[in-house]
Amino acid sequence: MSALTIRRWTVGTIAIFVSVVVFLVPFAFILITAAKTAPEASQLAFTWPAEWQLWNNIGAVIADRNGILVRAFINSLVLTVASVAVMVIFAAMVGYVLQRKRSRWNPIINFFVLAGLIVPPAVVPTIWVLQGLGIFKTLGGLILIEATFGLSFCILLFQAFVATIPRELDEAAVLDGAGPIRLFFRIVLPLLKPVIVTVIVVQSVAVFNDFANPLYFLPGDANATVQLTLYAYASSATSAGALNLLFADILLITIPPLIMYIFFNRQIVAGMTSGAIKG
Amino acid sequence: MSSIFTTRRSMALIAGAALAAVTLAGCSTADGSSADGPVEISYLTTNGDDSIATGEALIAAFEKENPDVKVTLNTRPGGAEGDNLVKTQLSTGEMDDVFFYNTGSLFQALNPDSTLVDLSDSDWVSDVTDGFKEVVSTDGGTYGAPLGASYAGGIAYNKKVFADLGIEIPTDWNSLVAAAQKIKAAGVTPIEQTYGDTWTSQIFLLTDFGNVLKQDPKWAEDYTANKAKFSDEPALDGFTHLQQVYDEGLLNADFASATAADGTAALADGSAAMYPMLSSFVLSTLMQNSPDAVSNIGFFAMPAENASDTTLTVWEPSAVYIPKTTEGAELDAAKKFVAFVNSPEGCAVQVENVVPGGPFSTSACSVPGDTPALVADIQAYIDADKSAAALEFLSPVKGPNLENISIEVGSGISSAKDGAAAYDDDVKKQAQQLGLKGW
Amino acid sequence: MTDLRQTNAARPSTKTTSRPRPSRTRRQRRSIYPSWFYIPAAALYIVLFAVPTFASLYFSLTRWTLFDVTFIGFDNFVQFFSDPQLLRSFMNTVVFAVVTSVAKVVLGFALAVLLTSELIGRGYLRAVTFFPVLVSTIGVGLTFKALLDPFDGIVNGALAVFGIQGPGWLTDPNLALLSVAVVDVWKGLGIATLVYIAGIVAIPQDYFEAARVDGASSWNVFRNITFPLSWPATGTVIILSVIGGLRSFDLIWAMTKGGPGFSSDVIASVIYKQYQAGFYGLSTAGNVVLFIVVTAVMIPISRLINKRSLDV
Repeated sequence: MSALTIRRWTVGTIAIFVSVVVFLVPFAFILITAAKTAPEASQLAFTWPAEWQLWNNIGAVIADRNGILVRAFINSLVLTVASVAVMVIFAAMVGYVLQRKRSRWNPIINFFVLAGLIVPPAVVPTIWVLQGLGIFKTLGGLILIEATFGLSFCILLFQAFVATIPRELDEAAVLDGAGPIRLFFRIVLPLLKPVIVTVIVVQSVAVFNDFANPLYFLPGDANATVQLTLYAYASSATSAGALNLLFADILLITIPPLIMYIFFNRQIVAGMTSGAIKG
Repeated sequence: MSSIFTTRRSMALIAGAALAAVTLAGCSTADGSSADGPVEISYLTTNGDDSIATGEALIAAFEKENPDVKVTLNTRPGGAEGDNLVKTQLSTGEMDDVFFYNTGSLFQALNPDSTLVDLSDSDWVSDVTDGFKEVVSTDGGTYGAPLGASYAGGIAYNKKVFADLGIEIPTDWNSLVAAAQKIKAAGVTPIEQTYGDTWTSQIFLLTDFGNVLKQDPKWAEDYTANKAKFSDEPALDGFTHLQQVYDEGLLNADFASATAADGTAALADGSAAMYPMLSSFVLSTLMQNSPDAVSNIGFFAMPAENASDTTLTVWEPSAVYIPKTTEGAELDAAKKFVAFVNSPEGCAVQVENVVPGGPFSTSACSVPGDTPALVADIQAYIDADKSAAALEFLSPVKGPNLENISIEVGSGISSAKDGAAAYDDDVKKQAQQLGLKGW
Repeated sequence: MTDLRQTNAARPSTKTTSRPRPSRTRRQRRSIYPSWFYIPAAALYIVLFAVPTFASLYFSLTRWTLFDVTFIGFDNFVQFFSDPQLLRSFMNTVVFAVVTSVAKVVLGFALAVLLTSELIGRGYLRAVTFFPVLVSTIGVGLTFKALLDPFDGIVNGALAVFGIQGPGWLTDPNLALLSVAVVDVWKGLGIATLVYIAGIVAIPQDYFEAARVDGASSWNVFRNITFPLSWPATGTVIILSVIGGLRSFDLIWAMTKGGPGFSSDVIASVIYKQYQAGFYGLSTAGNVVLFIVVTAVMIPISRLINKRSLDV
């Protein structure tokens, strides 16, 4: 027993030490660089800031280019909320019917769901389609794109989770006179809450952090997302020697996922574990 | 909505739709101008700090003089990404009312006759130099007004380091190498390179073009017609020299990761003696970060193999243009804005915000009082008729991968010969894409 | 249950999947799982995913500019496989995917075993390994670009303390791709670990108890219970990381832009570069190549994984 305790402590201590070096140092680096003055930051050293400039730097980043970062934050939030909402509802509907109803079309539908997960989207032809629909370079267009590209993953999670809900519930509801729409939205959907939380967390982090899709489908300043402004900021801040502002920007952009994580830590783990393995 | 991707079959349909859109736009403009509010136009510039600052200052000064016009500033990325964006916006009819863009062959690639407003009857045109007019005109008209000064590509050098070591300005390649060896022996970095900013790697090749043209005045034409190649002399020299400075260890230790700002700083503090760069970039960076060093930095042309061939490569400034989609009251306001840019007031704003890297291209503007040494050096080449326009003004063909190929050659990943051959292939792709004859 | 299935079976499925006529379905007792639930998702999928994917097969055979489309047969693909730069991107894609996937499987599994054992600070450790998953890829790329700076970066600074002159992680053409791969593993390890933890936790406790009764060593427990019974988790990790690795773009673009030269280009960055240069046909051909690579790699992998899980 005491040998076990010793092992617990030694292995634990080593693991904590390694984790500090490997995982915490990079984050600490972001924070301290964001708090430095420009000349000090450009030395890239892992030292405590001589002058604590964090708030000034954050203020400078927010004020830059007439507050483009603030607009970008609003765009990113709208994009994330709208596309994840579309994903949740559409994917839940498919996952539910696909799991419940047996038809000879099911293998084909399953095939397309998997294809959607695996096949990389064709960039320029997608732009061509978006142009044809008149939604290229619109936030609405990008919302639909993000929703479409995320559908397959969500459908798989929902399908796996619906399997754990007994069919008897459906039957009971029908006997009570519920129609298919009421059955789904009033009875089934609430029962899907754990997996919905997972989908929301996983996909909103993915959409919020997405860089490639906004880069291709939403170019231009008018609708910039936070990742695009960060990327653009990287080149202008580097040439201006303002790494402190760049890292202040990185810090700001990391906050929303951090909040998400603090609130939903348990649900992420629980949801992923129930979904990922069975899926 | 018209589409940027048009197949022949859908051409007619799109033309119809575009016509309808133009008519609609025309109507709405007419409605807009009848209202009492100010005319609103937008101005698109690149997203560099300098061009944003200049744009904001120009707009502020212009609005003060024209209170009935309101101008909003939009920005776009530079480089190939920006080129694409400008082309796209022009063809989809979403272009801003006035936009800032390159002159020369990039301008020609915009199909100016069908996408831009001819400005040849504007008053400011008579002030503009012939050299500049050439790079913003087609047979159908003159489309752009200069914004900023011309600049040269060549080697910026630290005068003090040269003087201390008793080095003369090299006019042929071998004396440059000899000078570099001497500088190296003295413990100073002879040649600064900054591949952390990938675009800077092309400077060696681009600035050698004046020399190429001197040796073969028809080179640019032949190159556009698929007859002249970078794999052959004289154009191969640029690649060979780039490889040589790496092979002989004449570069700074951090050449692979240094940025252009680092390079300029090294030149300014004398830890590097020579920096192949664009004069405008060196000067504006110096002004911003180490103004005291400005008088200590001179400029000379990239030396050719023979001193008699050495010619300075010069870039005309970029220009502001008005797209055909700007009409009615907006068009009038846009023309006013363009004229303002080339008025004495506009020039004052330009001079205040952009450090000229060379002479201006319009007689309306002049480099203020104490001309920096570097600009005087460039002016001397121009006055002595030892300058030539850069390749991009003479040929529309520029491969998109020149910067990465140059990095490979300039950091020993591939040889000059392989690099030149790879670039010829890259150029071929571009020429085929442009649908040029003979490729 | 049986009742419902009969109802379903009794319905002519062709009718339900085509256009169900209201009068008919009402008479037949309407299905409680309506097929039209597929329609919203299917509409998005078809218009924004399936159509572009099929169109890409055609456009990849064309020279496609802003203004014109010219059919040129397989020229784009010939170009792709004869141009050394493009060919390199193809090899790099495979190397990147293999290196990151193997590392995620091995390290993820090891970490999961560690984090499911009795350990002090377990909650903290789980949280800290997962957190990079949530941070913006561009942010991570830019941060590590600073950390890996060959002269001022703290990685080489730390090595210098031990008297080692660190290499140019992102500027040495032989190292750049691998350096990015390491950062990709750093960022993605949390997902792999989480999936493995879930897999290990799902193993019934009886097995472990039985092993303990038999006096099995912890190595034997690992080899004969934990490892084989985590196979489904391994499958998930491999599939996720191979797909992610083959399609990887954001991190590479933020850290090296495919450089120095072309030494860390992957297919996804080539697609973007060709798009930027206005070579839409060539860019789309890159998409088709990526599509073929991903499919060609995924089919045998998923076969193998399915077979192994049946064996177990």
